[in-house]
Amino acid sequence: MMDHHTQPAHVLHELQFKTPLQEYSPEVRQLVFDYTLQLADTSLILSHRLAEWCGHGPILEQDMAMTNISLDLLGEARNLYQYAAELEGKGHTEDDLAYLRDAVAYKNPLLVEQPNGNFGDTVLRQFIFDTFHYFFLKELQNSTDHRLAAIAEKSLKEASYHIKWSSEWVIRLGDGTEESKKRMEAAIDELWTYSGELFEATPTEKALQELDIIPDYTSIKAEWDKHVAQVLQEATLALPQDQWMQSGGKYGRHSEHLGYILSDLQYLQRTYPGQKW
Amino acid sequence: METIVEKSLEDIFEEKIASEIRIEPKDWMPEKYRKTLVRQISQHAHSEIVGMLPEGNWITRAPSLKRKAILLAKVQDEAGHGLYLYSAAETLGTSRDQMFEDLLSGKAKYSSIFNYPTLSWADVGAIGWLVDGAAIMNQVPLCRTSYGPYARAMVRVCKEESFHQRQGFEIMMTLCNGSEEQKEMAQEAFNRWWWPTLMMFGPKDEESPNTEQSMRWKIKRFTNDELRQRFVDMMVPQAEFLGLTVPDKDLKWNEAKGGYDFGAIDWNEFWNVVKGNGPCNKDRLKARNKAQEEGAWVREAAMAYAEKAATREKKSA
Repeated sequence: MMDHHTQPAHVLHELQFKTPLQEYSPEVRQLVFDYTLQLADTSLILSHRLAEWCGHGPILEQDMAMTNISLDLLGEARNLYQYAAELEGKGHTEDDLAYLRDAVAYKNPLLVEQPNGNFGDTVLRQFIFDTFHYFFLKELQNSTDHRLAAIAEKSLKEASYHIKWSSEWVIRLGDGTEESKKRMEAAIDELWTYSGELFEATPTEKALQELDIIPDYTSIKAEWDKHVAQVLQEATLALPQDQWMQSGGKYGRHSEHLGYILSDLQYLQRTYPGQKW
Repeated sequence: METIVEKSLEDIFEEKIASEIRIEPKDWMPEKYRKTLVRQISQHAHSEIVGMLPEGNWITRAPSLKRKAILLAKVQDEAGHGLYLYSAAETLGTSRDQMFEDLLSGKAKYSSIFNYPTLSWADVGAIGWLVDGAAIMNQVPLCRTSYGPYARAMVRVCKEESFHQRQGFEIMMTLCNGSEEQKEMAQEAFNRWWWPTLMMFGPKDEESPNTEQSMRWKIKRFTNDELRQRFVDMMVPQAEFLGLTVPDKDLKWNEAKGGYDFGAIDWNEFWNVVKGNGPCNKDRLKARNKAQEEGAWVREAAMAYAEKAATREKKSA
């Protein structure tokens, strides 16, 4: 199990995308801004959740693996916030966008803000997301928006490790002991309802899909279905029936969990406004 | 007959030590040398693992995305250091599981510094700057320690520790160049961490029972007091540079010795924390035990799956 994710990460994500902004009409620019922010929020919140494990993981190697994924997602979030700040053109920084918006302004899907639960819950949340993220980034690489395409290309390398890590753990825990199987079944019961929102296009997403700036979700959903079915089968876990899917996060209608994440995340910036850290 | 063989093995060992040849896992070594090393290396590994907790306490509250990334990477490095060190100790015949068990039961010790709480963001800076600074002071000589696997692990550890110390200093510098509130935050953290950091070098030489033998075996290269003095001499100018006041009214430059004289360390506090009465001893062990207990089903499942997979492979072969 010594792989990429058990190696300490020394290389920190720094500003690396210096390409000039594309010419967009104010309307399209607003759409790209809103959407970039939604992607950034998604990566940041999931990174934050994974970071809560740091120092508390069930196995030292897996503690490191979760931190690695957390760092990758944080790096992706930073690239996206930096791009969003440029698109917005109001002189805001990545930190202004992350630390000074309240819960209703956050546009991440509900899945990523769900509590860590036990390790199996975290693995399943990650599996649902990673599978989406991987196939999504593959398509986003072809975006006509050069910056989003470049960020996708960089993050895809990392996401291909993430999907491998979480798929392997779903299989290991599903087909491990009776107890681990029960826990994975419980995790599926708990979290499946948040998987649908990933593929539900908001008006912003629909508009961007029509402009070929972001991919259509139909084919991504098909790839997601295929991979998920394969992994669950190998894990000896039943594929859940069609069921009610919760949504709202992409519109700013969140679960009660997000407010607590933000009160931790934003505590210092809110308590000591306008200072450098 | 036996004693003659033993004696000659011991001679070979002593010769190697004398001529600075590393002792390797398969070499003969005195039982006490082995025991001393297992104790020291596993304590060191435990310190890395328990040390993740006080700084980890600020990961979700780091004040900027960049600081959050750096802190996460740093705490993860500590897990990595723990891994290298457990591996080094395992070459001496004690398993990681055994060492873990000793940590969780409270039998094994770890650096007492991690039994102090992190109360403000400046503590993250103070830990990087002071605690990692002291750790480097202790650890650089260990890169030349006589046991090969330990020395090699320390080379990797030290490279990363110097990055940790720099980030700590940078946090302190940013705070000290910031608002009045931030400066106060930095000074307050410095006040709390200074004395416990000086205690990290261990008891006074005359009260350190293991030092003499460890020096002779070249496990240790300098005594506790020597290292402590060097640390003070290095840190006082840095504190001045930051504009921080060292919380020691007896601190003054001693021209004759070319170093600083400093006030008396409260050894009662030191021994009290070692005994388990520090502000966070209970919390730290509780957190480690909780992770271990809650992770038991995961480790069992991983093992069960590995066995099943191996059986399946055998059948299909």
